[in-house]
Amino acid sequence: MQIFKTPHFDFLRWRWFAIGLSWLIIIAGLAVIKTKGMPLGVEFSGGTIVIVQFDQQPPDSSVIRNALERSMPGEGQNAIIQRYGDESARQYMIRVPDVGEESGAGLSQKADKVVAALKSAGIGNLHVAGTEIVGPAVGQDLRRKGILATVLSLVGILLYIAFRFQLSFAVGAVVATVHDLLVTFAFLAFFRYDLSLNVIAAILTVTGYSTNDTIVIFDRVRENIRGMRRDNLYDIVNRAVNQTLGRTVITAGTALLSAVALFLFGGEVLHGFAFTMIVGIVTGTYSSVFIAAAIAVIWQSWGKKPGKLAGSVPTATASATPKTRKPGRRRAS
Amino acid sequence: MKKNIRWKLITSLAVFVIFFTVGVYPILAQRYHMPLPGWLAAKQLKLGLDLKGGVHLVLRVQTDDALKIHTTTTSEQLREALKTPGIAVTSITVSTPTSFQVQGVPPDKDAEFVRLADDQTATEYDRNSGAGGTYTFTMKPNIAVTMREQAVTQARETIDRRVNELGVAEPNISLYGQSADQILVQLPGVTDVARAKEIIRNTAILELKIVEAGPAGSQEQLLQNYSGKVPDDMEVLQGSAQTGDTSFYLMKKASAVTGTDLRNARPTIDENNRPAVGFSLTNEGARKFAKATGENIGRLLAIVLDHRVTSVATIQTKINDEGRITGTFTTEQVTDMSLILRTGALPAGLTYLEERVIGPSLGADSIRSGVTASLVGLLLVVGFMLIYYRLSGVNAVVALVFNLVILLGLMAYINATMTLPGIAGFVLTMGIGVDSNVLIFERIKEELEAQRGVRQAINAGFSRVFLTLLDTHIASLISAAFLFQFGTGPIRGFAMTLVIGLISNLFTSTFVSKTLFEAVLGHRQTAALSI
Repeated sequence: MQIFKTPHFDFLRWRWFAIGLSWLIIIAGLAVIKTKGMPLGVEFSGGTIVIVQFDQQPPDSSVIRNALERSMPGEGQNAIIQRYGDESARQYMIRVPDVGEESGAGLSQKADKVVAALKSAGIGNLHVAGTEIVGPAVGQDLRRKGILATVLSLVGILLYIAFRFQLSFAVGAVVATVHDLLVTFAFLAFFRYDLSLNVIAAILTVTGYSTNDTIVIFDRVRENIRGMRRDNLYDIVNRAVNQTLGRTVITAGTALLSAVALFLFGGEVLHGFAFTMIVGIVTGTYSSVFIAAAIAVIWQSWGKKPGKLAGSVPTATASATPKTRKPGRRRAS
Repeated sequence: MKKNIRWKLITSLAVFVIFFTVGVYPILAQRYHMPLPGWLAAKQLKLGLDLKGGVHLVLRVQTDDALKIHTTTTSEQLREALKTPGIAVTSITVSTPTSFQVQGVPPDKDAEFVRLADDQTATEYDRNSGAGGTYTFTMKPNIAVTMREQAVTQARETIDRRVNELGVAEPNISLYGQSADQILVQLPGVTDVARAKEIIRNTAILELKIVEAGPAGSQEQLLQNYSGKVPDDMEVLQGSAQTGDTSFYLMKKASAVTGTDLRNARPTIDENNRPAVGFSLTNEGARKFAKATGENIGRLLAIVLDHRVTSVATIQTKINDEGRITGTFTTEQVTDMSLILRTGALPAGLTYLEERVIGPSLGADSIRSGVTASLVGLLLVVGFMLIYYRLSGVNAVVALVFNLVILLGLMAYINATMTLPGIAGFVLTMGIGVDSNVLIFERIKEELEAQRGVRQAINAGFSRVFLTLLDTHIASLISAAFLFQFGTGPIRGFAMTLVIGLISNLFTSTFVSKTLFEAVLGHRQTAALSI
């Protein structure tokens, strides 16, 4: 069985269109983040989450909100109140943006107040199934570390690809990865999923995954350069993308199957994770096919003849094996 | 050639059996009550808090407290030392946790002061002189760093002892984060958070002091005889609200006996049959206590816990090594207080930065969903591979199962903790494993189309794709390494799973898969391949 019988799509023809589309999504995402803010999980923003389980059929969220508002004026309006997990679990998640005093054991005061407010409101018997209280200091620390981990892993990948392939490929791969990050953030902002530690794990997974995709294509380009030295890079890259298309689609498809399974059956905690995976797999595959190679080609053609389409593989380096060809040498010629 | 294949098969099988025994058998054995030898049971995959339920706390050790105590002690020692030669200074005050100031050193005694002060402090403090006989003593930076580290280590050890006394199974108490003053406490299965928190963070600095003045209703009243000013070497302490006595007492900063002189503490009852804490002192403590009580018969002795006067009693006779803390306590309070005193004082105060409580039902829900999702994902992927690659799909599925077994086995072997993101890591490993096989199979298909023989196509497929696999896996390892280095808690678990998964996948997809192909083909000349 085969999905594509020797495909010959001219992917690179669409490069400016693809880049435009990506910018559109990214700018829209940034606009949403700018106006409505990036929804942050409690581990990043700090705050108090209480998960309560009702003994009987739980009341409507507005009833809970009113109960909070009565004992803690002003808090009820600011609280996020959502059903948690399966309907049959009879659980609600209540999130208030702040914590108790950040000194001594005062951190949980807020959570205690929320629970007391609900228990005294006469809205049914309930008990606390879980709490999560994070002081602002932890959030700052995590944010710093998250950014550090991302930047360092990008630099690591850039160096590795530059070492194994050439600089233009490394630039293409890193641009594609940054693209995936931005698009994923945009979708998280569109669909208002909280940026949590789990989601960060998913984002980093997906970037690794997208780099995988990109490397597979670049690997094929490298192999093709050896056999097709006479052709220009544009054709070589197009050929490589087509040759690996079957694999790209199947891999993305199976990964999507797993991610969708996680999304549907993984429970409340993995929801954000699975959503991010789904978005990331789609954008990762898209960026590997349409963005990464295109950027590499554009980067090379700029170095060669500004403004012109893809440059051919320079004859000066045709005799050198691709592996030993250093990126700087071509610019010197 | 044939012998070669046999050896490869045996190697593959041996690897499978070993990892299956370590990783999968214990899980099955527990579930279906099969015999499980001890050495195997010891190497098990542990469930993280998010799956098992429990309490997760992050605390910050206020290391400034420890430095301040040390600076205060040093300045008091200097004050004592100055008395002998009769150097009268205007004041000695502690200005910051790491520095204190001496003012009004008489000019004619300056040289002697410097000599004495250096004797007392030069190893730990830098001395700076200002105008008018003022000297500032600042703790040396390296000493401060060491003392902070010591405070955190000591706090960790104290918490460790307290948690052990609480009887929590498999607690995790470790240093946390990169700021070096945070401690992570994980207590699986604990649900009474309030009590656990109180026991952990109670500094429990115990001091026995001779009361100089008091009790008095207010601070002004107390200081009547001292012209309204607290003498430099004394402090005002208040009774704790808990015992119903909120009077003020004046006592020396230096204590007769402190918590470090304690040998044991246990719940007992007082003469009115109310719960009380009985304590006994070490030899050194008993000697100090006997001296202090012997010299002060008829005066008041205060038992001060965390700078609050807990109980006050008149000293009737010289007391040697036993004492009792009385008040209006409940039995549980007395039990907890004894536990805390027994396990030693914390060197500094603690602040809670993060607190998570995962109820057992939430954890169970997460396990169920996580496992269901993984199984559904696995079945979907397996179904797809079998349909799309037919018989070769079986090969891919075998490689996939192999991969998961190795992953489970290795994680059990290193006693890794399984968390929810860890389960996600499993799903991802599955994805990467399938990807490797897809890459290889698609390449074999291409080679077959290029009119090669089956065997050459397979060999070419594996050898050409090997480099690609190496590149993709190394790139993934690079990001997983950073994730592990800078991630926290569950994210580290995820990165760990990923790293192990990547390594085992490289083995299964290039070695096991290939061996299977070779074994099935044997050395027959095959014209077609089911792929």
